[in-house]
Amino acid sequence: MNTKALTAITAILVFPVAVMAGPDEENLVINGELDMTSVTKAPAHLENLDTIYSGWHFRTDETQALQIDDFDNPAMIFVDQAVDLFATVDGAAGESCASCHDGVESFKGLQASMPKVDAESGKLVVMEDLINRCRTDRMEADAWKWSGGEMQGMVALIGLQSRGMPMNVAIDGDAAPYWEQGKEMYYTRYGQLELSCANCHEDNWGNMIRADHLSQGMINGFPTYRLKQAKLISRHNRFRGCIRDTRAETFAEGSDEFRALELYVASRGNGLSVETPAVRQ
Amino acid sequence: MASGVKPRVKVPKTAAAGEAITIKTLISHKMESGQRKDKEGNVIPRSIINRFTCEFNGEMVIDVTMEPAISTNPYFQFEATVPEAGEFVFTWYDDDGSVYDEKKTIEIA
Amino acid sequence: MELSRRETLALGLGAAFLTIMPLRANAAAEDAIAAFTGGADVADGGVTLTAPEIAENGNTVPIEVSAPGAASILIVAAGNPEPGVATFNFGPLAAAQAASTRIRLAGTQDVIAVAKMADGSFAKASATVKVTIGGCGG
Ligand code: HEC
Ligand code: HEC
Repeated sequence: MNTKALTAITAILVFPVAVMAGPDEENLVINGELDMTSVTKAPAHLENLDTIYSGWHFRTDETQALQIDDFDNPAMIFVDQAVDLFATVDGAAGESCASCHDGVESFKGLQASMPKVDAESGKLVVMEDLINRCRTDRMEADAWKWSGGEMQGMVALIGLQSRGMPMNVAIDGDAAPYWEQGKEMYYTRYGQLELSCANCHEDNWGNMIRADHLSQGMINGFPTYRLKQAKLISRHNRFRGCIRDTRAETFAEGSDEFRALELYVASRGNGLSVETPAVRQ
Repeated sequence: MASGVKPRVKVPKTAAAGEAITIKTLISHKMESGQRKDKEGNVIPRSIINRFTCEFNGEMVIDVTMEPAISTNPYFQFEATVPEAGEFVFTWYDDDGSVYDEKKTIEIA
Repeated sequence: MELSRRETLALGLGAAFLTIMPLRANAAAEDAIAAFTGGADVADGGVTLTAPEIAENGNTVPIEVSAPGAASILIVAAGNPEPGVATFNFGPLAAAQAASTRIRLAGTQDVIAVAKMADGSFAKASATVKVTIGGCGG
């Protein structure tokens, strides 16, 4: 770490609040029955971490409680809305998602392997791409806005079908070049503060940054309901926020850069349960 | 009517006569406080749910008056006595005059 | 030590958390309570108010209030620009004079619950909630 970055990070880390250091030891069990893997051995490709933790472990008891019961979880109202949307006809073709897909349960397992390389185009695709492709090409309807309520509700509903399954994105074969690109971004220092994702989420997880308890920056719970915005937040929106905080220009939601970063960040969480939709501060 | 308003209510399907049960309710609503400004600096007008009630077979369980300090997507948890089989009626009153309701029946086991 | 503008800014944000001062009860909060009690005396005890000591985000702070035998309970956030939060009125089929909800707090402050008992007397409880300044991550 160069001295400039060191100064920047020590300036924003607030060590005296040591009481909350480290992840907590509780187990994440949802609805009293679904045991989640929220702590596990780091995947082999991760050189600098031995153990990976879900962001849930870094939140206060009150925030954690909102995620352990589906009724208390405010994200579920948006999931409910998506259930209705799934059956709503839209677009010139006169179809709804349900006209072609045999129930949203048929997407079980999909989230655990996203992002993935699309066999036809050879391009890396994320869940939002799959949904919008059906909307524009198959329903002849307008694409949904990336971080809009409809899109993130649907991403959450489809992700929920895989809740509890271990994240397992492919990083080799066709995916390798995208994964390398994402990894490179993860270690690139952005902005006036010259901080990389790794400076915060790999070198300083468990510490307090200003008043926030820093996690490993995992995305296994996305889209997450954030108390701050009181709505579902997309992965790319979170990436933007983190880069903006280093006072850098950021990439756009839905950009190829963020697709690659999403693949790499997802792969850092390989082995953690899909938690969608999680609740965060 | 504010768009996308959707209630969620959790009530057990059965209870013993006279039993106390826990009820949880959640409704999607922005709860615009009237204190925020838009990008141009204009105050965004207040638009909240200002009252919530729960009745069972026409008798009151709880009647809540709400101010803008209730969080977005208002949540309530409370306890009700179930004297007999019947129907809970939940009602939310919006500033704009809209009324949203939800009903749940309960059997005596 | 010479600090650049951004380092000073970052330090300032960190320090703000450590030196946080509760927002004082304002006259509006006292007015709201007086309107509820009609100016009657308010005893301590008989009301339980449960709130987190530290809230990660002031937008959604879970609270729980209980006052056995109360007809109604007023909740006031003494440091909010508009202190009123909610009034719970319990009907004959309320199994307990208790309720939970989620509230907005503009900063570190006292939350006050005032219960009107069945006999017309009043009781109160309060809790201080520290609201942290969320630092990062959009
Ligand atoms: C006209 C038929 C049709 C409609 C309408 C439709 N889809 Fe699809 N969808 C398909 C086909 C065909 C595929 C590609 C084959 C497959 O993977 O099932 C697909 C693929 C998908 C996939 C990727 C599945 C995978 O395993 O990679 C998702 C997710 C999806 N659709 C979601 C939706 C959603 C959400 C809607 C409504 C907004 C919708 N679809 C509407 C036909 C449709
Ligand atoms: C200046 C430090 C900092 C940098 C640099 C940073 N983040 Fe964050 N990030 C945070 C803080 C603080 C939070 C909120 C607390 C937490 O969940 O860790 C956060 C949260 C997150 C979350 C949400 C975790 C969850 O469980 O909900 C993700 C994902 C994330 N960051 C990814 C990234 C990525 C990817 C990068 C690089 C593009 C990055 N962050 C750069 C500080 C940082």
